[in-house]
Amino acid sequence: MMRRTLISELLQNLGKPVAVAMVAASGLAACGTAVADQGINDPYEQTNRAMHSVNVGLDRALVKPTSKVYGTIVPQPVKTGVANFASNLSLPGDVVNSALQGNGEASVRNTFRFLINSTLGVGGLFDPAKDFGLAQKKTDFGETLYVWGVGEGPYLEFPGLGPSTVRDAVGTAVDFAANPVSIVLPKPESYYATASKVGSKLGDRDRYSETIDSVLYDSADSYAQTRLLYLQNRRFELGQPASSDGDDFIDPYQE
Amino acid sequence: MIQITRRAFGATLAAGAAVAVLPRPAQALDLASAKALIDRAIAEVNTVINSGKAEQAMYKDFEAIFAKYADVNAIARSALGPASRSASAAEMKAFTRAYQGYIGRKYGRRFREFIGGRIEVVDAKPLKSYFEVISVAHLQGEAPFDLRWHVSNKSGKDLFFNIIIEGVNMLASEREEVGAMLKQNKGDINALIAALNAA
Repeated sequence: MMRRTLISELLQNLGKPVAVAMVAASGLAACGTAVADQGINDPYEQTNRAMHSVNVGLDRALVKPTSKVYGTIVPQPVKTGVANFASNLSLPGDVVNSALQGNGEASVRNTFRFLINSTLGVGGLFDPAKDFGLAQKKTDFGETLYVWGVGEGPYLEFPGLGPSTVRDAVGTAVDFAANPVSIVLPKPESYYATASKVGSKLGDRDRYSETIDSVLYDSADSYAQTRLLYLQNRRFELGQPASSDGDDFIDPYQE
Repeated sequence: MIQITRRAFGATLAAGAAVAVLPRPAQALDLASAKALIDRAIAEVNTVINSGKAEQAMYKDFEAIFAKYADVNAIARSALGPASRSASAAEMKAFTRAYQGYIGRKYGRRFREFIGGRIEVVDAKPLKSYFEVISVAHLQGEAPFDLRWHVSNKSGKDLFFNIIIEGVNMLASEREEVGAMLKQNKGDINALIAALNAA
């Protein structure tokens, strides 16, 4: 319990992901229980809104047009290959995180996925593991923190990275710094890894173009829409039970 | 809190099935009728998508489906939020009509994403004072995703009043959006109605 308080203290201070990782590594896994987050906690709204304008500008000027080009000129099989390659390289991280979450089944599944796709799937370009019934189970250190009982913390929006929360930002930082793949891979190969990740993101931006455009450009308050979508979808992803008194279950007949 | 254990859920289902064979008032909402409502709505949406009509005509059809299967009054009131309490009956009527058309166009514009896809109702369970119908959307080139419908008979008919897409709550999102539009129009409901009609 004491460690949990310590973690929350640390989380107040965004600049210390390494310290969090150290505390985490000291075996906190057994002590917390996941708690459902509710409502919207956004004390940094003013800063976040400024970051959001930067992101919308970035999308309009760079990401969206680039993704259009990527989506148009790159043939579908290549796009799929790039996305598979990127997601295969995230598997070692998924294996570690599933293990840290005490989810042995997912950890083993992700290990086999990585082994099968790296060999039979020609270095991860194809996804034969899916045909073996080993569908992808993505995870990250943000989820690990959630499983350990760390609360979501305030909502944050980062330039270039988009919406997050304090917990997920720490998770992203740890995943980035401790990614087994980038530690193991030598120089030119690690660039391919990064390039495939960029390609995969562009592919997603293009594929979900209508949805993303409607949120970013057609809504009256795209910041508020982005925040709501991110928080609700992330909580769903983490398997949090929807709260009956929060916004999740609106009963228009009792208002 | 609302998470029901598998066993309790099974028991509820069994109870629901038992109730279904007993004579009961025609208006009673049960699992089967909630599920059937969503099945019919989905079938109608698919018919429109596959009709090959012009887009503008499709929006009208989507609006009609929305009006038929959703509790538009309750959704519109909820989307408008606190302002719905100070609005006059005439204003509410005009707002609801404008909002219905706006929804038909807003969601109708996205119909291409559903071409060649299908939505399959897999389950339904009681939730608070209403029912949650659970469906899985299989869209082309995408992993299947979770789509839930909240169905109530408080209006006197079985109608859905909310859709939850992978955890994202349509009513919550609409409240945020309509609230922002009302603010843009300085709280003037008539200006909001005009903005909805133009959107």
